[in-house]
Amino acid sequence: MITLDFVYILAGWTFALFALLGLYDRTNPKRFGNAAFWGLLALSMLGGDYLTDFQNGLLVLALVAIAGTGQIGRAPGGDVSAEVQAERAARHGNFLLLVALIIPAVALAGTFLFKYVPGLADPKQATLISLAIGVLIALGVGMARFKPPLLLPAQQGRRLLDAVGWAAILPQMLASLGAVFALAGVGEVVGTLIGGAIPQGSLFGAVLAFGLGMAFFTMVMGNAFAAFPVMMAAVGLPLLIKQYHGDPAVVAAIGMLAGFCGTLMTPMAANFNLVPAALLELKSPYGVIKAQIGTAVPLLAANIMFIWLLAF
Amino acid sequence: MLVLIGIVIIIAGFVLRFNPLLVIMASALATGLAAGLDVTAIVAAFGKAFNDTRYVSIVWIVLPVIGLLEAYGLQQHARSLIDRMKGATLGRLLASYLLLRQVMAAIGLTSVAGHPQTVRPLVAPMAEAAAEAKNDALTDDQREEVKAFAAATDNVGLFFGEDIFLAIGSILLMKGLLETYGYSIEPLHLSLWAIPTAITAFLIHGVRLRRLEKRMQGREAGA
Repeated sequence: MITLDFVYILAGWTFALFALLGLYDRTNPKRFGNAAFWGLLALSMLGGDYLTDFQNGLLVLALVAIAGTGQIGRAPGGDVSAEVQAERAARHGNFLLLVALIIPAVALAGTFLFKYVPGLADPKQATLISLAIGVLIALGVGMARFKPPLLLPAQQGRRLLDAVGWAAILPQMLASLGAVFALAGVGEVVGTLIGGAIPQGSLFGAVLAFGLGMAFFTMVMGNAFAAFPVMMAAVGLPLLIKQYHGDPAVVAAIGMLAGFCGTLMTPMAANFNLVPAALLELKSPYGVIKAQIGTAVPLLAANIMFIWLLAF
Repeated sequence: MLVLIGIVIIIAGFVLRFNPLLVIMASALATGLAAGLDVTAIVAAFGKAFNDTRYVSIVWIVLPVIGLLEAYGLQQHARSLIDRMKGATLGRLLASYLLLRQVMAAIGLTSVAGHPQTVRPLVAPMAEAAAEAKNDALTDDQREEVKAFAAATDNVGLFFGEDIFLAIGSILLMKGLLETYGYSIEPLHLSLWAIPTAITAFLIHGVRLRRLEKRMQGREAGA
């Protein structure tokens, strides 16, 4: 049966190849830092389960030390010229699109296949496993049709990842920080503070505090999942559900969506907000957040109104 | 109260623009120490969490395919497709992608699209081409805004579609938490209440996409 380990091994060897190619890129003055950074990430993917928790922690400290002291960077140049790209685009046309769509199509088909035909792959990880299989198929089809130099996909992939840089592991780092926050009981403290700030006897005041609290705490934690149990314990359950007899399904479902409005407005949700800015090579790392605020604020107001109108 | 030092460090670190990886590590250490943990325990807790969340970083395996296709002209081809479609305006293009992303997420297909898989190779270049079709002299700032909106549209579509699906993580979290409080609620009941917000999100973001399209056309008039 295919498990997530298969995907980790694939990712591990991909990062290892990026590290090796980075090491031999003499045009990059930071090639040793790059090689060490992606090499350590390869080690984490391939061997993380064989290391102790403390050894994994040291690995993270090394990653932070390399990136935090500015030891990684991208080499200039290496782009395929626009003329060559345009000429190739005219030659291959819709076949390019077809290969690009293999990845989502296989992810889609595999998700259903692995859910309904048990024993092939871990059904809980069906989409991630299918995504990896889609990558392999797309790569095979692309190599067969375009016949590029053998290492071209890895070289170009490495250059894209170098453009993203240390932001590539920011989402994983923030998820890990969330675990330390949970261990230290940060959520309970924040919940008590917000719970104490609500005016007594006002239903709308309580709904407002719940909605704004979900959005604000999500912005701080970068994740509505972390904010949800805290705000439910502090405001949702004792006030909205118990005291004012609100419908628990409405309070929970729309409260979570109020949190998602916060996700649109925070650099802490790095994988949604900062990583795409790097991937699209925007000048401002906050460009995506700026584009989202105009949707997030009115939608947050709408969610607060929905809880007030639909739950009571 | 003292454990909130970690949140203060995070906010200050982002505002002062220190390297976020350093800020996160400092925040974790300070929070752990404030909670009475020793340094080895904090490092081990962080290491365990990092290892448990590796699936977050595996999306980068798509990059060799994207790099290969871009070297062979995928972005140019995506642009030329838009040039040939007369009705494909910037607003309509992104609104269609928003709807598609919401519907896909609503049936549980959250990872089939995303920033590396679809936005960078397809949606962003198509959006640029659609904006250029109406205004052949886009400024750099306008180009930035169009690309940023392509990414924003993916996020809005994902966030306000996925909760309609029964078996998504957030629905299971809500069900689990409500159960610990003694409320037994069917996932379907929770996911139905995500629909009003999903429709509102489409309307609000759709209006903003139309206004973006107008703004991108109006350069000569405005300048």
